[in-house]
Amino acid sequence: MSIASEIRYRFMKDLGAPLILGLAGSKGKRKRAKSRDASLGPPLKCSNRLKEIMTRHYFLARYAEGARPVAWVTSGAPVELLRAFDFYTIYPENHGALCGAQKLGPELCSIAEEHGYHQDLCSYARIDLGVCLSGKTPVGRLPKPDLLFASNNICQTVMYWYRVLAHQWKIPLIVFDTPFNFDSLDQSAINYMVRQFEEMIPSLERISGKTFREKKFEDALRLGKASAMAWGEVLATMKAVPSPMTIFDAFVHLAPIVSLRGLPVTLEYYNVLLSELRERVSIGIGAIVNERKRLMWDNIAIWYKVRDFSRLFAERGMNFVAATYTNAWAETISYMDERNPMESLAKAYSLVILNNNLDHRLRLMERLIKEYQVDGLVIHSARSCKPYSVGQYDLKRLLMERLGIPSVIIEADITDFRAYSEEQTKTRLEAFFEALEGGV
Amino acid sequence: MTGWVVGIDVGSLTTDAVIMDEDKRILSYSIVDTGDNSTDAAREAMALAAKRADVALQDSTLIVATGYGRAAVPNAGKRVTEIACHAAGAVHLFPDTEMVIDIGGQDSKVIKVGKGGRVLDFVMNDKCAAGTGRFLEVMSSKLKIPLDRMGDLSLSAQGEASISSVCTVFAESEVVSLVAKNCPKEEIVKGIHRSVVNRVWAMTRQMKVSGGVTMTGGVAKNNGIVALMEERVCKKINVPDEPQIVGALGAALLALREKG
Repeated sequence: MSIASEIRYRFMKDLGAPLILGLAGSKGKRKRAKSRDASLGPPLKCSNRLKEIMTRHYFLARYAEGARPVAWVTSGAPVELLRAFDFYTIYPENHGALCGAQKLGPELCSIAEEHGYHQDLCSYARIDLGVCLSGKTPVGRLPKPDLLFASNNICQTVMYWYRVLAHQWKIPLIVFDTPFNFDSLDQSAINYMVRQFEEMIPSLERISGKTFREKKFEDALRLGKASAMAWGEVLATMKAVPSPMTIFDAFVHLAPIVSLRGLPVTLEYYNVLLSELRERVSIGIGAIVNERKRLMWDNIAIWYKVRDFSRLFAERGMNFVAATYTNAWAETISYMDERNPMESLAKAYSLVILNNNLDHRLRLMERLIKEYQVDGLVIHSARSCKPYSVGQYDLKRLLMERLGIPSVIIEADITDFRAYSEEQTKTRLEAFFEALEGGV
Repeated sequence: MTGWVVGIDVGSLTTDAVIMDEDKRILSYSIVDTGDNSTDAAREAMALAAKRADVALQDSTLIVATGYGRAAVPNAGKRVTEIACHAAGAVHLFPDTEMVIDIGGQDSKVIKVGKGGRVLDFVMNDKCAAGTGRFLEVMSSKLKIPLDRMGDLSLSAQGEASISSVCTVFAESEVVSLVAKNCPKEEIVKGIHRSVVNRVWAMTRQMKVSGGVTMTGGVAKNNGIVALMEERVCKKINVPDEPQIVGALGAALLALREKG
């Protein structure tokens, strides 16, 4: 790490970022005042703070190269270990979602496709490869990593995707291999995962140039766990009727627990968000004006439709109050325990929804439906995400049989809207609305 | 005559209108090509049905529109999805209906129906022409066999050609190579039908029903497809005399219900 880079990074962190963000923030406030829909409740005050945190994160990332060890990380990787070495972490999936929300999916995906990557490949991967090949990104610039850190607990695609990056940049890739949980997690699987952590430490020391300090790792675990629990409490406020936020808000407020897990800012942010939501519940403010039906979402968000869907459902008095997706970061990370760091980390990351059997997912959905008083289910069959989309037809049928919950499957993609058909989706959703309202 | 209603279904290939009196009797119906203007097609279909029933359209008490072009129907008092309409129409014609298989020009759907024609659940094909009327249309023009002859022709087949691709474009090239190998046309047609039925069958398996199965939509006119589907569901399938108008019929029934 060079001294010049270090000085530049510190300068931007302490002076540059607050100044630039302050200016951008005052511009943003003027713009936002106009476009609020009548069917939506008052906006969350916290949103400005969230925007600030994420903008600052991507802004500072530009200056991290050379000043901090930089790692690109998959959303399900045990990042707490990296925190012990002060890695500046970039989450290509979070960046992909951001590109998707800004409707840049097809443009960036096509760059990867022009280089031979198939359209059936996950669009987060295609966006990321497109970004790497062209340098285009809405955040200005992504820092070139010193390390790639991937776990196959979310899918196998990340293995190939990150290998391509490692090959291209000739940088090390560390993989955390999590045995799939077919039935229950046995001790041999835990030992296998702990052994991997032990092997990673010398590599991480070499790449970062820093010595592993247990205390720092335990602090990261404690923070990661506390943030995940705070996020869980944030989601739990949506059990209230009316719910103080919609899942579309939660999709956006999810960013810190994904990208900044194990850092103090995340815990601090969720505590602020939590108190705002609790205040809303105590005075009966709902996220939508007239909450008549409560819905659950399955799978990753359709990023380019978040705003449209938020309006479409709110106009009909329908509010999404739960999602398997947002719940994923509250469900298992809280298993982390600094008194037994390695084993608990292995458990927390190998039992995530996508590395777990379908029966587990069914039970989880049943629980969420009951706890959040859900009336109907919207299932997004995502072209990009095969591990999340497989089994959805069975889940739909079983939930109908067991709980009499009406549901609809919409076929789309997380960011590539070339795989989305407005008319077909509209017909399916309208038929679902008719069924929810008890027939025509 | 007073109190009659109009149900109109603007689909991707045809636009169908049904005029119905208060006693749920069909006074007339019409089927016209949708063409390139849904509003014109809707006007034409309603005018034709009105003429056949000898009524003046402006005297109708309610127009309910359905189908992909439902937003384009002028003067519609209510717009409903074709899923609700096919369910209502099928149950009206065959009260034992518990599952509706609607294979239309652009999509296919399987609907699980409860009491009074209420939709309990449904699935639709994905963004692909396989398993739809469009698939048959493409094959009919490739083989130069009119659509309405394909059913009878396939029933006369001794064997059956295998069409393995689920993609319309690739299946078309399979058909070309079968023709080049002098495979009898009736066997190719049966293979094509099998491909459509397999595709739709995959959707029906998600709906467990014990009662009657009714097929609606233009493709139900193809007796070859109906026969293969009956083999698959292991029971006789109800087929309306005019399966193409079931959506419009359902819309008319929902119009009567709306009026109370």
